[in-house]
Amino acid sequence: MSSQILLSPDGIRTDGRRIDEMRKVKMEVGLLKNCSGSAYIEQGKTKIIVAVHGPREAHPKYLALPHRAVLRTRYHMAPFSTSERKSPAPSRREIELTKVIREALEPAVLLEEFPKTVIDVFIEVLQADAGTRSAGVTAASLALAEAGIPMRDLVTAVAVGKLEGKVVLDLNEEEDEHGQADMPVAMMPNINKITLLQLNGRLTGEELKEGLEVARKGISQLYQMQKQALTMRYSATVQQEEE
Amino acid sequence: MENLSSIDATIPFRQRELLSLLSTGQRMDGRKLDEYRQVEVVHSIYEKPEGSAVAKIGNTQAIAGVKVELGEPFPDTPNDGVLTVNLELLPHASPSFEPGPPDESAIEMSRIIDRGLRESKSISYDKLCVIPGQKVWIVYVDINAMDHDGNIVDTAGLAALAAVSHSTLPETRVEDSKVITLEERKPVPLTQLPVPVTVAKIGEYLLVDPSLYEETLSDVKVTMTTIESGVVASIQKSGSGTLDVDEVMKIYDLCYQKGNELREHVKSSRNGGGKH
Repeated sequence: MSSQILLSPDGIRTDGRRIDEMRKVKMEVGLLKNCSGSAYIEQGKTKIIVAVHGPREAHPKYLALPHRAVLRTRYHMAPFSTSERKSPAPSRREIELTKVIREALEPAVLLEEFPKTVIDVFIEVLQADAGTRSAGVTAASLALAEAGIPMRDLVTAVAVGKLEGKVVLDLNEEEDEHGQADMPVAMMPNINKITLLQLNGRLTGEELKEGLEVARKGISQLYQMQKQALTMRYSATVQQEEE
Repeated sequence: MENLSSIDATIPFRQRELLSLLSTGQRMDGRKLDEYRQVEVVHSIYEKPEGSAVAKIGNTQAIAGVKVELGEPFPDTPNDGVLTVNLELLPHASPSFEPGPPDESAIEMSRIIDRGLRESKSISYDKLCVIPGQKVWIVYVDINAMDHDGNIVDTAGLAALAAVSHSTLPETRVEDSKVITLEERKPVPLTQLPVPVTVAKIGEYLLVDPSLYEETLSDVKVTMTTIESGVVASIQKSGSGTLDVDEVMKIYDLCYQKGNELREHVKSSRNGGGKH
């Protein structure tokens, strides 16, 4: 049971943030050389690297579909990513997150452009400090974009939570563990569609609505950063070629 | 209804056919969009478990049994009992279910039900403590999906809740830091009734309690577990479709309203004559 105060009466959190303030975010696109696309994200102490392979031939072949590409994802936590070592075998949690992340990305990707192929998205959590599924989705859509796979929009995600009865943006680990709710949300920001929605914890109907609004604001900040990260990647390429 | 695989080429045609029916406010089995199939809950159907129940929603059926054991608490919650919920998709339920380790959707469903019961804080975990830091009751809720005609999650959640709400624990006495279990029994301390309600989105229509056929044709499903006060304790979007904020709020209203109906079914459930 939590006895510590996670939110001061004047609305300041344990790490000094305001309730609607995101952790420091860093994104980088194209840092791996042997895959079709890659991206790295840091959100507070959460650090994730994503690699995309494909579209490529399906192995085994029976996986292939005649009318569209198959999107495969893997959300995986490195054994050293948590305080206590995590077994490298996929946990039930990782299997579930793999599914919801795939379903968060699928609506964005124009899979019908690449029939009979697979697109693999590998999300590796290097350091976990809450918000890993949402940061993983944000980075995965960058890696897909770098791989040149056409998409309806980027997918951007953030978690909102509840501390001392207040809806807050982007929980850190301490807040996730002791807070009253954790709600990861992913959207295609430009077309305002939710592609991932989960909730652990207790929210009233009002708080649910407020949480979605707070998430949308956080997502639009992250969306700008995603576009910047992609621009950086390609302006860097242009510079190299000019040299 | 025949079993449709997800690559069945006829799905777009069937979906179009269903959409034109839905536009008249009707479903293939004659229900309205916000109507459940017939719900039936019977509790205390077995002698051996501490509590048990069967729930039927239309032709979908699940049974749940509760067992309790004295065990060690988790180090971060030394004064709280432990709840473990597991859903098994028996091969009895569908030709597409196979024995062996659960696949990702079985794991997902199991975790949706687990989160709903756990996160709603409906069980007073502190009352499951026997010796602080050493001995607590561990409550195992095991659910078998027995017959699958869509909406396993709500059916299994209903069976689990009915089983827990009619479960009892032995009273205990502690002597020289040893636990003695007594003959007398007390109910598992359940303070609220969290029930999952699943809504499927097909085209722009929101359908409560999707049948198997509707599930196959749906773009996305959302399960929300609510309690009496209107608090929502777990949400899961499942499937590759999308939602907008208004739809999420409409789904919340449906889940709360229908949740209240399902809570009545749990309260008025018939006694099957077994142990409770």
